[in-house]
Amino acid sequence: MTTFHKDTWELYKSTEMAKQLTAGETLAKLGDDHPEIVALCADLGKPTRLWDFGAKYPDRFFNFGIAEKNMVTAAAGLASTGKIPFVATYASFLGILAAENIRTAVAYPNLNVRLIGTHTGIAMGFYGSSHHATEDIAITRSMANMTVISPADGVAIAEMVEESVKAYEGPIYFRVSRGREEQVYTKDAAKVQNRIGKANILRKGSDLTIIACGIEVHEALQAAEQLQDKGISVRVIDMHTIKPLDREAVLNSARETGAILTVEEHNVMGGLGSAVAEVLMESGVNCKFKRHGFYDEYSLIGKPFYLYQHYKLDGKGIAMVAEDLLNN
Amino acid sequence: MVNLTASQVKVNLIKEKAKLSRLETIRLISLAKSGHYGSSFSCSEIFATLYYHVLRYDPNNPKWKNRDRFVMGKGHSAVGVYPLLADVGFFPKEELDTYTEVGSAFGDHPDMNKIKGIDFSSGSIGHGLSVGVGMALAARLDNLDYRTYILMGDGELQEGQVWEAAMSAPNFKLGNLVAIVDNNKVTVDGVTAENMSIEPIRDKWESFGWNVIDVDGHDIEALIRTFENLPSPDTDVPTVIIADTVAGKGVSFMENGYEWHVANLGEDDKIRAINEIKEMN
Repeated sequence: MTTFHKDTWELYKSTEMAKQLTAGETLAKLGDDHPEIVALCADLGKPTRLWDFGAKYPDRFFNFGIAEKNMVTAAAGLASTGKIPFVATYASFLGILAAENIRTAVAYPNLNVRLIGTHTGIAMGFYGSSHHATEDIAITRSMANMTVISPADGVAIAEMVEESVKAYEGPIYFRVSRGREEQVYTKDAAKVQNRIGKANILRKGSDLTIIACGIEVHEALQAAEQLQDKGISVRVIDMHTIKPLDREAVLNSARETGAILTVEEHNVMGGLGSAVAEVLMESGVNCKFKRHGFYDEYSLIGKPFYLYQHYKLDGKGIAMVAEDLLNN
Repeated sequence: MVNLTASQVKVNLIKEKAKLSRLETIRLISLAKSGHYGSSFSCSEIFATLYYHVLRYDPNNPKWKNRDRFVMGKGHSAVGVYPLLADVGFFPKEELDTYTEVGSAFGDHPDMNKIKGIDFSSGSIGHGLSVGVGMALAARLDNLDYRTYILMGDGELQEGQVWEAAMSAPNFKLGNLVAIVDNNKVTVDGVTAENMSIEPIRDKWESFGWNVIDVDGHDIEALIRTFENLPSPDTDVPTVIIADTVAGKGVSFMENGYEWHVANLGEDDKIRAINEIKEMN
């Protein structure tokens, strides 16, 4: 059940869209109370939706042109004066292209820059590997001082962007998809459902835990549903914050379900799966374990809907991977 | 006459402080047993002119919002700045004695979170001007009239990011941004012009839309005049000062030699160098 046509991306039911790219909209709401917010883009203000902030606060919105290194480093200069710069561009040009600038100018001085890498993983499909980002978690996670967050949907990123402005110190790398994905959370003005650093258990289960991040959370829930039909009880955890990782959620799952499958739209080397594996290995808690994602490979060309199927990163594929893990 | 005398006193003071920067550079590098002599000595007069005449700062309030910012794109010259920061009162001089020891605030490249008076951590060549663009944008947003000064090496101009930043500053109308190119004409591997020529420097900056000023980077009176005559920070066009300098300036056997970009003086050479610096005019 996709709300975008699988071939044309034509919108079916716009009201049901999660819109992952809600940062600009959220910032526009926060802008009056937080004059320290500024936004920077590199000729991708439109597809990252930072334009929503720029339309309301043109004086606090800077288009750096196609020059990501300058943009990220200038954001660091702005942050050194007390601003909270939000920098958004495709993840391939942020967490990967500008990695050294992020490391040296943002992470090392521990500045309050919020980096938003959009169109992560293989969301760009047939645009090819230059536009994919399956390494950015590994890169940013290894930078000291850096917080790494991969929200499940637009509701989640809106909540954590707000928290990052109101009550969070230090640099953050947000990793969000294209904005054409299914919703996981239903917006509720009365309660905050996503808090930085705290994993969400979205489904109870006793035979296996699927720990996912980003758009794979929705797919993990689909997989759990399918596995339920086969009598397999699956816990699903939205591990939106990859660093610092909610260790307790991992260890409880290992003890209580005896098996963990991590799912991410990222190379299995260095990403969410590696972070979970590190916690498990150092804890002495033993369980069946598998990291699922890209297996040290560049994606084929293809339309995203079919690519996710091909790489078993849709609900059905994840269910197959999970069954293999439990049967071995 | 009074004015002339006052300016002469100022020039002499700056001259002495440039010597202090050089002599302390030698002392500190001897503690570390390795460091950047040549590329620090080429900017001694620039450092001294900035800290004793140009920059607006308060050592008792290092984070003052409306202070001028000074960022070294060529962070490897920091060893020449630390002694001046101590001398003007940002921290006690004795702290410099820890230079490069385990856990010291002071290393070859400066750390803004450890050293009062350092406005930005640097070391990765080519970042400085971009940082300056951010600081200058912030001044505009906050309606503050501070200037942001960015020191770059001539070799630094080989970094592509410099030109991203150079393109963006006039675009954002940052007349409050001042770049200084320490044109000492050498890099680690040799003579800049032979390794990867960055000439014509002036034409490049002009074509990017900057106000370009040439100056002898060791002529204190000329430096003072240049800084005093900068366009007002509320104007639209950023300024770049291309300072013609000599690597290793002040020590005859170091001058113009790329070999002294990073080095360690032996005891005899150290004494020769100190004596020559003391006798500089």
